Amino acid sequence: MGNVENSMREIAQELLSEGKVDVIVGYGQGTLPLRTTPCFINKAEDVPKLVWNASCDANLSRYLVGREDKVGVVAKGCDARAILVCTVEKQILRENVVIIGVPCPGVIDKKKVEAKLDGKEALDAIIEDEEIKVKGEEFEYVLPIEDFTCDSCLTCRHRNPPIYDVLVGEKAPEAPDADEFAEVSSLESRSAEERWAHFEEELSKCIRCYACRNVCPLCYCKECFVDQTMPAWFGKTNRLSDTMIYHIVRAFHVAGRCVDCGACSRACPMDINLRQLVKKTEKIVRERFNYEAGISLEEVPPLGEFKMQDAQEFIR
Amino acid sequence: MNWKVIAKKKMPALIEELTKEYQVFAPVRNESVVSFERVSSGNETVLDLHNTKKPPKEVFLPQNEILFTYRVGQESVEIEGAPALEREMVLLGVRPCDARGFVLLDKFFSSGEQEDFNYLRKRENAATVGLACNHPLSTCFCTSIGGSPFGKEGMDLLLQDLNDKYLIEMVTEKGKKLIEKFPWLRGAEKADIEKGKRLSEDAEKAIRSKLSVEGLSEKLDRMFDDPMWDQIGLKCVGCGVCTFLCPTCCCFDVLDEETEEAKRVRIWDSCQFPLFTLQGSGHNPRSSAKERMRQRIMHKFSYFVKNFGESFCVGCGRCIRECPVNQDIREIIDGISTR
Repeated sequence: MGNVENSMREIAQELLSEGKVDVIVGYGQGTLPLRTTPCFINKAEDVPKLVWNASCDANLSRYLVGREDKVGVVAKGCDARAILVCTVEKQILRENVVIIGVPCPGVIDKKKVEAKLDGKEALDAIIEDEEIKVKGEEFEYVLPIEDFTCDSCLTCRHRNPPIYDVLVGEKAPEAPDADEFAEVSSLESRSAEERWAHFEEELSKCIRCYACRNVCPLCYCKECFVDQTMPAWFGKTNRLSDTMIYHIVRAFHVAGRCVDCGACSRACPMDINLRQLVKKTEKIVRERFNYEAGISLEEVPPLGEFKMQDAQEFIR
Repeated sequence: MNWKVIAKKKMPALIEELTKEYQVFAPVRNESVVSFERVSSGNETVLDLHNTKKPPKEVFLPQNEILFTYRVGQESVEIEGAPALEREMVLLGVRPCDARGFVLLDKFFSSGEQEDFNYLRKRENAATVGLACNHPLSTCFCTSIGGSPFGKEGMDLLLQDLNDKYLIEMVTEKGKKLIEKFPWLRGAEKADIEKGKRLSEDAEKAIRSKLSVEGLSEKLDRMFDDPMWDQIGLKCVGCGVCTFLCPTCCCFDVLDEETEEAKRVRIWDSCQFPLFTLQGSGHNPRSSAKERMRQRIMHKFSYFVKNFGESFCVGCGRCIRECPVNQDIREIIDGISTR
């Protein structure tokens, strides 16, 4: 990790001092154990603020949309895929972005660590290659990283960025053929009533803070449908009917676009399994159109074109 | 005698008894999230946690609240006020920061020409049983901002965890009346009270986050155009986590909902949302995260101070722990105080 961090800093230093970029968007040291924070560096002398470790979990692609300057951005596989989708959707100008790709074996799910600590507070955490040492008052745990990795990373098949300008560190071995849709399939096998009850239970926790939407690299609409008031399309309360419409429409809106970075689930303060709902739409798009978002700059996204051979059995 | 004790194992019985006469709200776990919920028995409550994820403000300021219902007829409009309150309420297990939050909210909702009936009637109808913090979190900074892990402000009774029992201190007349309903409670021994005092001193010392808020308001007066806000705005994603989980943030929106009968509903709003300041013309005076975060900080550490003489923050640390991008209000406060 240390080597990757050093190379990353060298590259950032070079990009800034040669004037190839105006700003580096990367990760800085957080103020809490197992946290990093998005970091914006304009001056070469500030480059040592850049860090790289398994808690670099924010999807930094969200900070690129709307910028007009030249940006060097640190991108894991999922960040790079989101940048790619945004480029295809003409939200990011490829020539304005220098992608510093970083192979990523997965990021730590701090919620899993918190669950393990069962109410005890972590005061310090040291992340090593295979394990996390978490210390608090009168306890110390050594936790194997793989047991505390985000669900989205466990089945990730794009640990190496599919697009980059410079790659830092060695390519990561891709995950063995874990079934990324296992959770969706198990949900599918339940009855409609059971599924409805499940989603009711999950979404009744929602407090409408929109953290899921706001950390999402693909929720870049200048005005989200929930913020429209003339007319207001639906209610703004956190009653179940309102929250369900919000989440269902959002899932529809990222169908065929979501890169499953898991940022929504990580950001949710109420610990709703938001990924699950969107993962189903990803599965549908994969099955019907054989399309995976964030892989190719050339391929036209399925919801962006019409093909005569598209399955359309629902039109009668 | 202002002190009683109760064995921890008898707490469920006490809560059970309370629920017969009062609406009791206490920390309840729903999977990983603990928040204040109405309890109907003695065994649902979790008191051995640092603090709830959602603050107790929602008992008095629910996220959705029907203010009144109305029917528009041919000739007239019939209005029906909010339903009468069911029973008196007891909030149990409120941490000192959150109880102090009630005191600040009271100031906010009772100021100006119109008192906020809907909030205040619930407050007047409630007793708060606080729970002192023996083990403050590293993100707690209550002592820097007028509070304390053993603070009693906003409480009618204060519970202190003495390991196998709780020491109960009667703080107000209301609290004393409440405790008189439990004649089976034992009086506290001198040793219990001394142990409580020792724990309170240890807890104060255990607070790790120390901030200087002295003169913050005056400094902020000169900082409206400070470049610091640009940096803060860069990182902020503009969600409502910090405001919704804040024990004192209480901005709301009012809207009409029409079903069979029309309802005027109050819902939580957030200064972090674009709609909060969007004007009819389409202009938005707070057009980005920079202006919105500046507003939040200004409101807490400048405007509220000017209006009510103290900060609108109780140092609970929820916004620090829950911010999806680790924007840390302690760093912002430090940034201001070093100017």
